Amino acid sequence: MNWIAWKMLTGDRAKYIGIVAGVTFAALLIAQQVSIALGLLLRTTSTIQDIADVDVFVMDPDVEYIDDLKPLTDNDLYRVQGVAGVAWAVPFYKGQGRLKLDVGRRDGPGLYQQVIVLGLDDATLVGAPREMVLGSLAALREPDAVVMDVAGFQYLWPGEPLESALGRVLEMNDHRAVIVGLCKASDTFMTFPILYTRYHQALQFVPQERRVMSAVLVGAEEGVSPEEVCRRIEERAGKASGGGRALKALTRNGFKRTTIDYFMKNTGILLNFSITTALGFVVGCAIAGQTFYTFTVENLNQFGALKAMGVTNRRIVGMVLFQALVVGLLGFGIGAGLAALFGEVVPRFTRLAFFMHWTILAGTLVAVLLIVALASLLSIRKVLVLEPAVVFRG
Amino acid sequence: MTATSYALADAEPRSAAPAVVCRALTKAFGDGESRVWALRGVDMKVSGGEMTLLVGPSGCGKTTLISIIAGLLDPSDGAVSVLGEDLRRLRGSRLVGFRGDNIGFVFQQYNLLPALTAAENAAVPLIIQGRRRGDAVARARRVLQSAGLGHRADALPSQLSGGQQQRVAIARALVHQPKLLVCDEPTAALDAQSGHTVMKLLREVAVQPGRAVIVVTHDSRVFEFGDRIVFMGDGRVERVEVPPARANNAAGEYKE
Repeated sequence: MNWIAWKMLTGDRAKYIGIVAGVTFAALLIAQQVSIALGLLLRTTSTIQDIADVDVFVMDPDVEYIDDLKPLTDNDLYRVQGVAGVAWAVPFYKGQGRLKLDVGRRDGPGLYQQVIVLGLDDATLVGAPREMVLGSLAALREPDAVVMDVAGFQYLWPGEPLESALGRVLEMNDHRAVIVGLCKASDTFMTFPILYTRYHQALQFVPQERRVMSAVLVGAEEGVSPEEVCRRIEERAGKASGGGRALKALTRNGFKRTTIDYFMKNTGILLNFSITTALGFVVGCAIAGQTFYTFTVENLNQFGALKAMGVTNRRIVGMVLFQALVVGLLGFGIGAGLAALFGEVVPRFTRLAFFMHWTILAGTLVAVLLIVALASLLSIRKVLVLEPAVVFRG
Repeated sequence: MTATSYALADAEPRSAAPAVVCRALTKAFGDGESRVWALRGVDMKVSGGEMTLLVGPSGCGKTTLISIIAGLLDPSDGAVSVLGEDLRRLRGSRLVGFRGDNIGFVFQQYNLLPALTAAENAAVPLIIQGRRRGDAVARARRVLQSAGLGHRADALPSQLSGGQQQRVAIARALVHQPKLLVCDEPTAALDAQSGHTVMKLLREVAVQPGRAVIVVTHDSRVFEFGDRIVFMGDGRVERVEVPPARANNAAGEYKE
């Protein structure tokens, strides 16, 4: 009977395409919008992602997300280093600096650009970029050296060859900075260029304060889980009342989750994208539902004839559900495919945030199946109450 | 047209075990003051090996009667037995299964599935019965051949004339060899020539020993094809006639 259902469905090509188009539209919108939302949220954690080989991030207890790092003291670093299970602990600086681009120009206000400054431990360079595009990481040990992310360079000097970056002199906080390399870095939420430099070099690029360390980067000893290290650090810091103060320790994933939670709660990202996604769902339901219902109504005589000829209600429902499943899976396949294509092509030319996780596809499939199930409900009701005797009434 | 008339009581069918027996059959639609009586006590028997024509003006209850006989409608009162089964005792999937196995349908508007070829359409009852599609279509092709449409077996309904579509519908009604064939105005949508061809086909192919054929029609030009003509009016059987062409054959078996 499924074969007959399939032929009935595809026989009316206009309606068949209409239903599939409706479901496709819904699947495309849901998958694309959720992928963009997730891409944006992941950008908020790009710095955490790019700091390689770190098991635990230790920070002020009031920190809610990576861009809100509050200053620690050097003493905090020593306290962390003394915790059992900590293999190593190094200082880390993250802040914003103001970069003067037109160094040497004395007239006019000058060209300035906000940048993200990441200060890495002078000795180990823990947290350094994973992939250099130009120059070498070792050059970071030279005086005034900085490594800039490629996207930042192309943003600041569009159209200029990458090779022209090496040796380029900049100025920050009245201090000289020299680009010694370009690296790949994940796009950030704020879209500012990223400058990697040594920790003590970074402190010269930003206004001086008594407390400057943003976080402590920790590697766990072999055999000790990052979660256990976190627990021990927080316990140790909690016990160190008096001169000490509490610290928050998070694993890489924990810090990502905390950051994403903050942005979901405190920005309109979740709400706005949820509304668009819901609209996609509703519009998909409306288009698919109406077209599917019309299709069923126009085929009532055929369904009536089949019932008269000995097809049970159960099999009729099975036929309608089969038709719904076919258009649902087709619409999902095309819609999700188009969304994936969009996510593959558009970011090549723009800085679009897009991340299509398999759970998004699974969620979209569930939504699409819900759409076709809802769309078929009216049709099922119509064919169930249909008296087969209707076929004798012309 | 002249025909020999019989009272119902005298018009006993030839076969000892009639295919269809209706007794005091009534059917009402609606409730209270809006209640309409479509059947007001129908007594009728239909034998195997015969074509019975149900004729009468619009609204006389013909369609309601065949709907009840075909198990598509429940009567309000009375009894209907088809092929020895009391339809009131058959319910749900048993009734649907009984219909699928034993009754063939020919509809006024053909009701062919537009996306299926003639052979595929004719194979539908076998597919409903669970036969493999390939076997079902192969058998349907043979039936179409006997209906004179073997050369159009792969045509879609939209590529066929009205008469050809009705012949496909007849092939579909016969493909699973039902014991009762119910035809609702099979010539109503056809011109005279096509209608004649369709009725001739029904007469030649459908009417066989052990199979009863009931045809609802208002087309007097096709009366000659029936073995008996049941005239209905106002929800009742008014009289039963045997067409002159059949009268001679029936003379020995029906009392005047």
